[in-house]
Amino acid sequence: MAKYILQRLISVIPTLIGVTLVIFLFQRLIPGDPAVAMLGEHATEENVARIREQFGLNRPAFLDRDALVEGDLPGFFDSQYVRYFNRLLQFDLGDSIHRRIPVAETLKERFPATLELALLSMFFALLIGIPVGIASASRRNSWLDGTTMIGSLLGVSIPIFWLGIMEIMLFSVFLKWLPSGSRLSPGVSITPITNLLLLDSLLTGNFAGFWDAFKHIIMPAVALATIPTAIITRMTRSSMLDVLQEDYIRTAAAKGLSERVVLYRHALKNAFLPVITIIGIQVGTLLAGAVLTETIFSWPGIGKWVYDSILGRDYPIVQGVTLLIAVIFLFVNLLVDISYALLDPRISYD
Amino acid sequence: MEPLMRISELHTRFHTQDGTVNAVNGISYAMQPGEVLGVVGESGCGKSVHALSILRLIQIPPGEIDAREIWFGGRDLLKLNDGDIRKVRGREIAMVFQDPMSSLNPVYTVGFQISEALMLHKNMNKQQARERALELLNLVGIPEARKRLDNYPHQFSGGMRQRAMIAMALSCEPKLLIADEPTTALDVTIQAQIIELVVRLQQELGMAVMWITHDLGIVAEMAENINVMYAGFIIERGKAHEIYHQTRHPYTLGLLGSLPRIDEAPGTKLISIPGLPPDLIGLPQGCPFFARCAFREERCRLERPVLEEAGSTGHTVACWRWQEIDAETLRKAVGGAQ
Repeated sequence: MAKYILQRLISVIPTLIGVTLVIFLFQRLIPGDPAVAMLGEHATEENVARIREQFGLNRPAFLDRDALVEGDLPGFFDSQYVRYFNRLLQFDLGDSIHRRIPVAETLKERFPATLELALLSMFFALLIGIPVGIASASRRNSWLDGTTMIGSLLGVSIPIFWLGIMEIMLFSVFLKWLPSGSRLSPGVSITPITNLLLLDSLLTGNFAGFWDAFKHIIMPAVALATIPTAIITRMTRSSMLDVLQEDYIRTAAAKGLSERVVLYRHALKNAFLPVITIIGIQVGTLLAGAVLTETIFSWPGIGKWVYDSILGRDYPIVQGVTLLIAVIFLFVNLLVDISYALLDPRISYD
Repeated sequence: MEPLMRISELHTRFHTQDGTVNAVNGISYAMQPGEVLGVVGESGCGKSVHALSILRLIQIPPGEIDAREIWFGGRDLLKLNDGDIRKVRGREIAMVFQDPMSSLNPVYTVGFQISEALMLHKNMNKQQARERALELLNLVGIPEARKRLDNYPHQFSGGMRQRAMIAMALSCEPKLLIADEPTTALDVTIQAQIIELVVRLQQELGMAVMWITHDLGIVAEMAENINVMYAGFIIERGKAHEIYHQTRHPYTLGLLGSLPRIDEAPGTKLISIPGLPPDLIGLPQGCPFFARCAFREERCRLERPVLEEAGSTGHTVACWRWQEIDAETLRKAVGGAQ
């Protein structure tokens, strides 16, 4: 098992290098220039050139063919990517072009907001998706099952941005129950420990702060949770339906076990393998969905930040955030693979 | 003597999109304590469904169980609430299923799966249940039982899994063990071992056994009484030797004739029953065996025969012409003579 985990961790490295290459390439395929984005359309050519020079944007993206022709080998490799990669090897994500401060610094500041949002959404998705999926499978073709199937179909089909706007219209504009954006109301403060506001407020016994933070996070969390909830529900239902056909379920019932024990002990553990795979993939959906959700709800996380940075062509930020998301995704899916062996004794990585 | 179980007019139906499947059609019989009953018939004749109906393990809907009574241990199982029928399952009536490969839960240890019923029905704690599970594994002849307790089903061979299933079924000392084709999926040598095991345990523990099989040869050795089922009906019932030697129903004759016998002259053709069992959706009005029967006459098409005593006490047959039927006539009728 340890050997397997080590192998998997090593295999993460080429994947991440691939991620940097792809994001580097795609960013530069989008028309636009960070220097122009920064200085505005009416900037002088000299100023633009100066900024380009300053951030190395005058160098080729990957390799300099002209330098090779001239026999300048160090010049051949002196590209934006190689410069970026060298700094990356020193765990330096580079500096923001616009704000000229290290990407890592802002990342540290903004990431907890996204993490909190994603964790709460995943919590909602699991809390609703798994029990509803089980109930739906065990009462196949009942009204509950029908409602669930229609609900989950809606859940995967509704665009997040539309749902977010509807939430704001209903709860913030008409009912005025919930704030439409940001993490806390002005004047409310929570002593930071983990920078997850719900957790910190509970740890410090700041219940007023908890309530305020909760009111702020609930709408974006629901919007973000919609798709994962729907997908986890459907997957749990279909996987449970398969398992409930198995002979060992009949054996368990013939022992006199209650329906609850049969479902949750005998069926769920078997049905969980495909579900947990989907959960791993949904982590990706959550992080991608965070870009939309955070933009709608002005949530100060990495999603909104990366959205603004794409518009401003602030390449190092986009690269840094993408890399972080890739690391999280790979790590979560490694955990998923490890959990297979814990769930099913027939799977062993030795 | 008060019978252990008395079933009367059990009907089990499944309401499907294509229509109602009449899987079991009004069967009635009684079992005595300690009796070994063989239930014989081909696939789809309702033998397993009728057994599952006794324990109410049929999913409702689409299933429907309807009977005048299923009397067991002083009460009607059909009238019990969900909690009370669960106390019957595994404790008073236990079941062993056909495919040991798929009947054990792959993600729990064999020891745990045996302990489960003990903890539930006998209020044992984990340790006591584990000790009892160990005894049970020894009882069913699993070598190195203590080590095997913590094995998962995939670490067991087919025969060992079926032994473990039997250990599980016997854990709460049931009054009735229903063995639903427990040897069908096993090699012949393993089959013999499992049969021997169940016969030995039946004698030691004094429980009643219902052995469901399509193989008349298996129950011949072990059963006192045999129910022959066809299309959800019991078409012949009697003592094992009566079923074998004074066979009355043409279907039973056909079943017996289809078995090769070592005492027959070489070259004797086996009897095969032409055709297929009737569609259980929309059963024929008359005898369910009508379409395949070599002895059929007009009456058989119009009127469904009911079980009536044939010759000796307790031997019953549902055939209008049972008095005229014997193996030779059948052999001639289907052209199976030498």
